[in-house]
Amino acid sequence: MFSKLDSEFATSRAALHLRDLRQEVIASNIANADTPGYKARDFDFAQAMKDVMSAKQPAGALQMTVTDPRHISTSPRQSLEVALMYRNDVQPSIDGNTVDMNTEMANFADNALRYQASLSFAQQQVAGLRSALQSQ
Amino acid sequence: MSLFQVFDIASSAMTAQSIRLNATASNLANADSATSSTGQPYRAKQVVFSATQMTQNQPLAVGVKVAAVSEDSSPPRLVYDPKNPLADAKGYVAMPNVDVVEEMTNMIAASRSYQTNADMMNTAKTLLQHTLQLGQS
Repeated sequence: MFSKLDSEFATSRAALHLRDLRQEVIASNIANADTPGYKARDFDFAQAMKDVMSAKQPAGALQMTVTDPRHISTSPRQSLEVALMYRNDVQPSIDGNTVDMNTEMANFADNALRYQASLSFAQQQVAGLRSALQSQ
Repeated sequence: MSLFQVFDIASSAMTAQSIRLNATASNLANADSATSSTGQPYRAKQVVFSATQMTQNQPLAVGVKVAAVSEDSSPPRLVYDPKNPLADAKGYVAMPNVDVVEEMTNMIAASRSYQTNADMMNTAKTLLQHTLQLGQS
């Protein structure tokens, strides 16, 4: 049962982590709204999520030795690498900055909301497990 | 948790914007300072922002730092005032090259950016608080 806890929360964890990373990228964009030559960046959340969920063991990953088949497997988490891409500029400014404040603020709010949604899902999972553990 | 990085990013931007606001304040205050300790009229100061990585191995988090504070090299504004002791042989006084309109727009832009970053920090704080409550019924 407890060895399955990890996979139970895997989706929520990956989603939260990626939302977390995206929040950081968008925060960088907003912070650099006045920096000359800065190019706004973002990544495709759907693609990143797909990559994480279907990820195989990265080559050369360290693996702990298991001496008994009943040992819990210790496959290390694949590092959550995301492919950053530059945003297509809508109104490029003369100093080479491509941050569009409207887009960034919308994305920031959207991402924050989706982070909270993922968080509620995780919360519900915990509540579900909790009720399964309780004696009726 | 990289949400903590949002605080670093936002605060770096807020620091940079407040330095810009400082420069604007000193430019506006000295818009009429025809002379200074060097004997030259005051020159408008402009800050140069540059993007900087917050941590070595984290290419996602990019903050702002002030790369330089440069002096505006445009020629001083010449005002005809022969009574002024600083006037040259033709009666012109060299006044600072501060463009008041430009400084006012700079000021508004800086304060808006500052507010946006403060908002961003607030959002990150809310998200983190909710995350800390995860699993508590």
